[in-house]
Amino acid sequence: MDLFILSFTIFVLALFVGVELINKVPPTLHTPLMSGTNAISGVVIVGAIISAGSGGLSPGVASVLGFIAVTLASINIVAGFLVTDRMLNMFKRKA
Amino acid sequence: MFALINFSYLTAAVFFILGIKGMTKPATAVRGNQLAAVGMLIAVVAALMHQQIISYATIIAGMILGGSIGVWLARRTAMTEMPELIASLNGIGGAASVTVALSTWLQASGAGTTGNAGWTAAILASVIIGSVTLTGSIIAVLKLRGTIGETGKPRLWQILTLVTLLAVIGGGFMFVSGVSVSPVTLFALVGLCLILGIGLVQPVGGADMPVVVALLNAYSGLAGAATGFVLENQGLIITGSLVGASGLILTAIMCKAMNRSLPTVLFGGAFKQPASAQGVAEDDFYAGKVKYATPDDLALLLDSARKVVMVPGYGLAVAQAQHAVKELASQLEARGAQVRYAIHPVAGRMPGHMNVLLAEAEIPYDQLKDMDSMNPELPQADVVIVLGANDVVNPAASEEPSSPIYGMPILNVHKAKTVVVVKRSLSPGFAGIPNSLFIRDNSLMIKGDAKDVL
Repeated sequence: MDLFILSFTIFVLALFVGVELINKVPPTLHTPLMSGTNAISGVVIVGAIISAGSGGLSPGVASVLGFIAVTLASINIVAGFLVTDRMLNMFKRKA
Repeated sequence: MFALINFSYLTAAVFFILGIKGMTKPATAVRGNQLAAVGMLIAVVAALMHQQIISYATIIAGMILGGSIGVWLARRTAMTEMPELIASLNGIGGAASVTVALSTWLQASGAGTTGNAGWTAAILASVIIGSVTLTGSIIAVLKLRGTIGETGKPRLWQILTLVTLLAVIGGGFMFVSGVSVSPVTLFALVGLCLILGIGLVQPVGGADMPVVVALLNAYSGLAGAATGFVLENQGLIITGSLVGASGLILTAIMCKAMNRSLPTVLFGGAFKQPASAQGVAEDDFYAGKVKYATPDDLALLLDSARKVVMVPGYGLAVAQAQHAVKELASQLEARGAQVRYAIHPVAGRMPGHMNVLLAEAEIPYDQLKDMDSMNPELPQADVVIVLGANDVVNPAASEEPSSPIYGMPILNVHKAKTVVVVKRSLSPGFAGIPNSLFIRDNSLMIKGDAKDVL
């Protein structure tokens, strides 16, 4: 339970960091911000990789789900970062 | 090894924070995005080093498949379709969280190593938030595409949402407290949450989509944070809460711009009172009071204008008129006129939608002004061109307390010397309210597709 409380503390503190950071983003960049944070939320791929790779104990459903999770998270990461880059380059062009 | 892996996750989280920090200025934003991508690479490499991993085949196959779909999506999508893409990615992120949580739980229960109540609650949280995000996003995408319109039976959806919500709470309590811990319970909960996601978004009107998309963005982040609790991975928790905070702030900004409270959106449009029917019939409202003009009249007006303000709206995106706008602006500037763009926070279908479109047409971002900095300047403008925007320029919001949008901050274009409204028809915007701007003395109406008119 100690670990849970520690994790929860980190969660709350990180929320505050997030609020401070995001408040400084100008409205012009709100769309790239959304697609960028979307890509970042693809970090659940960490869990997906562990699930997909450790299928030894109950291989069937769990491994298939792991594979699906890796695929979905990869779409999120790759599409998110690429499309954000595409948009941001349009803003940079005239900077 | 364990310490090294966890240290890598922390490093990745630091890269994400620095990346978002870079996004606070257009000049450093590209670099910020690249930093975040580097952080992701670190996280992935760290995950691959886990000792539990005994086979890499499925991992690599999934990465190749997902990566190719991702590249294809990012290349293919037009800038006007960006709201749909972002909504889809929210849904995919939610789905990823659900599958990770399900797979982790199945493995743990197979091995008899399920954790304590906190851990089970975390599994449940990722499943609930993830599934709601998934189906909510699908509905949002379909609504953005116009495949499904406004619902005729909001009451029915309210009941459905309420019933599923109660069932989810009941089932979730049984699952966490250990009364009924079985894969069947968990999968039943997934099913219920998928229905809940539909029920929450379905009754929301198209005009509220920017709020919904931002909120689903927050959900996908919070689902990620919940996955972090499941895996007892602090790096993931930090990252998920960053994304969650980002989505929540954008939601709050959107709500403020539409004068709707966060709770009314959080608990869905489902509990919103259906807007009362408008007393004034539309035909009477506009009868004989709208002055029509031709594109040639507009050209004449612009010839003598020194200060021109463009107000883009969703119509601009539909007509793909951003390049035509840029051309017109260049001509005006060549003649010495000053051109500015006034962008309402909820113009278009997602936060910052208009900015992206205009940036695509290579319009310098320092000419794009937000509502607060533009409103004091509007009375000095010679000509304001409203391009496919409606509710965000409706003076009723500030002058008629009976109007459903009364109190919503608007761009005060009616205070400018001349307003030219370019619009396909007189039909009301998504909020379904006739626009009293169109019958003002200083306003001219040009019917037609924004692109053709320009």
